[in-house]
Amino acid sequence: MTLESVIFSVLAASAVGSALLVVTRRNPVMSALYLIVNFFCLAGLYLTLHAQFIAIIQILVYAGAIMVLFVFVIMLLNLGDERKLSDGVSWKKIVAAGFCAALLMEFVYILIYSEPSPAVMSASMATEIGTVEYIGSQLFTKFLFPFEITSLILTAAIVGAIVLAKRKLD
Amino acid sequence: MPDIQPYLILSATLFVIGAAGVVARRNAIIVFMSIELMLNSVNLSLVAFSAQLGDVTGQILVFFVMTVAAAEAAIGLAIVIALFRRKQTLNLDEINILKW
Repeated sequence: MTLESVIFSVLAASAVGSALLVVTRRNPVMSALYLIVNFFCLAGLYLTLHAQFIAIIQILVYAGAIMVLFVFVIMLLNLGDERKLSDGVSWKKIVAAGFCAALLMEFVYILIYSEPSPAVMSASMATEIGTVEYIGSQLFTKFLFPFEITSLILTAAIVGAIVLAKRKLD
Repeated sequence: MPDIQPYLILSATLFVIGAAGVVARRNAIIVFMSIELMLNSVNLSLVAFSAQLGDVTGQILVFFVMTVAAAEAAIGLAIVIALFRRKQTLNLDEINILKW
């Protein structure tokens, strides 16, 4: 086993483990904390794929900004009746888990038995593509229009969030 | 360059775990976090394909997905707060005005 595959195995195992803990914990705070662990594992996996910029953005935006928002709202709501909310195992959940397992089998079957296309690039080229410089230059030339549209989305989100969370519209 | 097949299998696994959370859990905030999990697993696929094909478009798409996820988190949590203020619960079985 090479060093790369060892790193991948460790990160992948902790990503799957933390994801399972996210969906099984009763307390939403614990779920949120395990979700942060999952985001850090994914950032590490992006680094193994030579995508430095995406890895940093993953930590800054997801683990930094979005999860702070989640934890803030969980603390703000202060759910007292959590025991009542988390129902036990019902037949609905078992059916849902069965369907999800079938879906996973399907995905894995397709991915294992499909013909893998050969890698078309070298490692040095991959390192070059993931840099802030290269992504920035592409973002401001070829992808300028979608980039400007995201500003519209964010403005709409800000206005929408304020309108929704406001107690009463005057 | 590492082989991307393990990355795709990992991505599928994370996606299915997130989907299971969405269909099985009844707490609105945990369902919401499961959706974030699914978005992230798709991001992993995109970055893996980008690395294999030597094309930066996948990584730029991930950047846009993150922007939309941030907007979605802000709106979704505002909806959660408004719902909780109105019904005093986050149980999705009790939030059923639009269900038949």
